[in-house]
Amino acid sequence: MKKRKWPEAWHEVSPGCVVFAPANAREYHTGSWKAQRPIWDDSKCIQCGVCYIFCPEGCITQNEDKTFRADLDYCKGCGICAHECWPGAITMIEEG
Amino acid sequence: MAKRVGMEVAIAAAEAVGMCNIDMAAVYPITPQSHIAEHLSEIVADGRIDAEFVTVESEHSAISCVTGASATGARVYTATSSQGLMLMHEILPIVSAMRLPVVMGIANRAVSGPLNILNDHSDIMPQRDNGWIVIFSENGQEAVDLTIQSFKIAEHPDVMLPCCVNIDGFQLTHMVEPIEFPDQKQVNKFLPPRKPYATLHPDKPASMGTFAMSDIFHEVMKAKDEALKDSKKTILKVWAEWEKMFGRRYRPVETYLADDADVLLLTMGSMGETAEIAINELREKGVAAGLVKIRLWRPFPFDELKQAVKKAGILVVTDRAVSFGGPGGPVAGEVKAALYDEKKRPLIYNQIIGLGGRDMAVSDFVKMVEDAVKAGAKGITKDYEFYGVRG
Repeated sequence: MKKRKWPEAWHEVSPGCVVFAPANAREYHTGSWKAQRPIWDDSKCIQCGVCYIFCPEGCITQNEDKTFRADLDYCKGCGICAHECWPGAITMIEEG
Repeated sequence: MAKRVGMEVAIAAAEAVGMCNIDMAAVYPITPQSHIAEHLSEIVADGRIDAEFVTVESEHSAISCVTGASATGARVYTATSSQGLMLMHEILPIVSAMRLPVVMGIANRAVSGPLNILNDHSDIMPQRDNGWIVIFSENGQEAVDLTIQSFKIAEHPDVMLPCCVNIDGFQLTHMVEPIEFPDQKQVNKFLPPRKPYATLHPDKPASMGTFAMSDIFHEVMKAKDEALKDSKKTILKVWAEWEKMFGRRYRPVETYLADDADVLLLTMGSMGETAEIAINELREKGVAAGLVKIRLWRPFPFDELKQAVKKAGILVVTDRAVSFGGPGGPVAGEVKAALYDEKKRPLIYNQIIGLGGRDMAVSDFVKMVEDAVKAGAKGITKDYEFYGVRG
């Protein structure tokens, strides 16, 4: 049986919603809230890292090939990276 | 051996807490609860019990403080009245959601405004939907017994919910009554140390007061509702155990001469005793009157109430609070809702009585019943009346 991350039915809820597994917040993918996602045009990116600095979720990282990407499990689609990216390398597109 | 003493009820309630092996209390004094706060702090300061008494700066802090302490696994107590309870309101549903067995005494007092320190139930009624077990005491003995029982009920592994004991301000808190204190050894046997479901200890990490969005919140609320409804089984068991050990019986709905009554009065809290005398007088006059007293307000005792009123033709429900612009007093509203599906149900009069300490004499209860019997169905011209209001 596939292990579930949290209860499905009301009677599976632990009393008081007490969570005994430490540091499990990472299992909650807040990226599911987003309505838009950032797309990088690597030809315009000058690798300044402004997107990495401004991301309020801390979910943007630089890859080995120097390009930047957001971890979509945690990106809420706020668009701050696209707003701050002065070379205009980031575009927000609708989740579909 | 149990001992019988004459004692002010607020002092007695604090003495009862002192018998419960509490670890800490945080109580902010407010009239008419102050003597509970003062006396409990004395019990701690005199070293009679090994507990902390935290002198908080407000009722919001008092309830927050005992909530945090309860989360660590401590047995805790707080008490308040009126505006203090209103200030606690923000925290009350969190305590029940976290399933923490906080026990609270409420010395019932009218809420402002206008400012009034005397007794009615307008403080507890707005707190109805917080997920707490809500119990009413009728006299000092019950205030003592229910306080001790509340720890056992609240902490039971099948319950794990906060519990409040309502003690009418002044009418009870400031009366000197004969009270039988149970033997400490017997109380220790009845109420062993708390075994918490979870504690805040680094050896066994736990997150409490967690976050729940729309994907799970609905299920969490259903679980909380089921927990509160289910607590009645344990409440009944604890009351049965209390009766066996200490000889005094507690039921969710108490009745007095109700079995063969054509007309019933319904009260909650201290006015039940005055109403009993009124029932005696009515019986002497040949009126087949009886009394129904709701002790357990949450979880609401639907079955017991239906059973208690099923033979009566008229039910006079008294309320000590107003639901302004609503269908009547909060008690009558719930009683009517509980009886809606019954094939045979009594005519219901709703009298709002005794607001802000307005005295209710035996003769007032006699008059309410006699007027209802005289008028029958034709007498119910309004959903509710303010009994004895001038003008």
